[in-house]
Amino acid sequence: MDAFVRHRRFMWSARVTRGLALLLAAAALTPAIPQTADEAPLPERLSDTGLFVARSTTQVLADVLAFTPQYPLWSDGADKRRWIRLPAGTAIDATAPDAWQFPPGTRLWKEFSHDGRRVETRYIERTRAGRWRYATYVWDAQGDDATLAPARGIAGLPVAAAPQGRYDIPARADCTACHEGSATPVLGFGALQLSRDRDPLAPHAQVPGARDVDLDALVARGLLRNLPSPGLRHAPRIAAASDVERAALGYLHANCGHCHNRSGAGVPVRLTLAQSALAPDASRAALWASAVDVAGRYRTPDFAPDAALIAPRAPERSVLLARMRSRQAQTQMPPLGTHVTDPEGLALVERWIRQLSSTPEEMP
Amino acid sequence: MTRPPTVVPSLHAVAVAAAIAWAAAMPAAHAADTPAPDKVARGKYLVATSGCHDCHTPLKPGANGPEPDMARALSGHPQSLVMPPAPALPPGPWLVTMAATNTAFAGPWGVSFTANLTPDADTGLGQWTLKNFVDTIRTGRHMGRGRPVLPPMPIPAYSNFTDDDLEAVYSYLRTITPISNRVPEPLPPAQATARQ
Repeated sequence: MDAFVRHRRFMWSARVTRGLALLLAAAALTPAIPQTADEAPLPERLSDTGLFVARSTTQVLADVLAFTPQYPLWSDGADKRRWIRLPAGTAIDATAPDAWQFPPGTRLWKEFSHDGRRVETRYIERTRAGRWRYATYVWDAQGDDATLAPARGIAGLPVAAAPQGRYDIPARADCTACHEGSATPVLGFGALQLSRDRDPLAPHAQVPGARDVDLDALVARGLLRNLPSPGLRHAPRIAAASDVERAALGYLHANCGHCHNRSGAGVPVRLTLAQSALAPDASRAALWASAVDVAGRYRTPDFAPDAALIAPRAPERSVLLARMRSRQAQTQMPPLGTHVTDPEGLALVERWIRQLSSTPEEMP
Repeated sequence: MTRPPTVVPSLHAVAVAAAIAWAAAMPAAHAADTPAPDKVARGKYLVATSGCHDCHTPLKPGANGPEPDMARALSGHPQSLVMPPAPALPPGPWLVTMAATNTAFAGPWGVSFTANLTPDADTGLGQWTLKNFVDTIRTGRHMGRGRPVLPPMPIPAYSNFTDDDLEAVYSYLRTITPISNRVPEPLPPAQATARQ
């Protein structure tokens, strides 16, 4: 078979694969969270969710707080802005420092843009009944307002500046896939992510806005209570032997830790990539014990017999890196939410693996 | 005035009481861990009538043609059967090829191998919770958050099961014989097909 025909067949095959995957997703996904009797339906318009001042979709309300996590999730290069709003007179309970308890009525938003065009704004709400619910709003072409997306999401929304000109609006089951796999459904808004001691090597890190809240601000304003350790109130930090390791562990925490953790809500595999603000040394030890020089269960003919989840000084034998490099639906990690890999994040993790020894090095 | 006698339980009495309480609690705890027989029976019925064996129990040659190998019931694609690359199909409407065991399928998605549904802890569903199982069927993703479940698994049909039925199927699958059989990972299209 000549190369041209082979190439055409492969491309056709890839298209059909993608089509089948989307078809499966569209056909199989069901609304994950039924509405309960004490809850109003989700608003049809983003402008009715309590984010913006009246008759505006650019100016947020005075009690809406912007924040910027130090280790952002890779989202195919989208620009993101994030906000939280707590009911008046309430506070977050940080008794469990890695699983903050948010008061009923808490709302969070994350806005995704490509090349200055707002595409969607995702919304999480803890209802008065204490239940979490998830939605996303799709911006109209003029940027005037955003409309509630169907529970099954939208596959292949045309967005010129997005990779391959396509953008997938997640289904609600996609929301829960990530947000209900760890000790708290709120990701990116915790002690480690909001630490004053920000990581200068974190890939795609954004400079916090002047009015953003961090850990210090939340405590000072009485919006975060019961942090158990004085040290936590200011500058929790990942335990690492080097700056590169710190950034790499932070990247894995933000991009993988919402499933690969020990909360019991994640996936039933041993790999632990989540970091604890309360026990950073234990987090590092757990990652080593579960990943470094550990064979893991995932095997395909691509891997050498001595491949490990993380093979010290051998990125070519590291299954974790190979799966992060893949965007084939059966192999890729994370399994959903992106169509293209993150060159900066991959380079960082590869650099860290090249520096690794088999046992955790002493920390300075 | 005589004081009423004070009841001071001895350590022995406390221990006995605790033992009785523990013993009394045991049947309840056991009942919570062991699915009700009618639920298991319902699950067995659903597994038998919903075609689970068709793909998850390997076929073997029999006197009257291929028949399910019940010694390997519901254990998925046999680990020992290493499949060669799938044949490249000529242009046209033929789309899918399958192994003689009916446990491996090659198509535009690559190659899929049917899963080990037995409760083996290392290679089957032994570590899966009910939630993992229900989330998989409801979303078409492993445990609701992993890779897509691949054809020919009829997720669009099975996602219509009620919660009670899915719990029944899960409960039944916990009771069958665990079989150690590590099913291969699926192969993406680039690795799946023999070169022409």
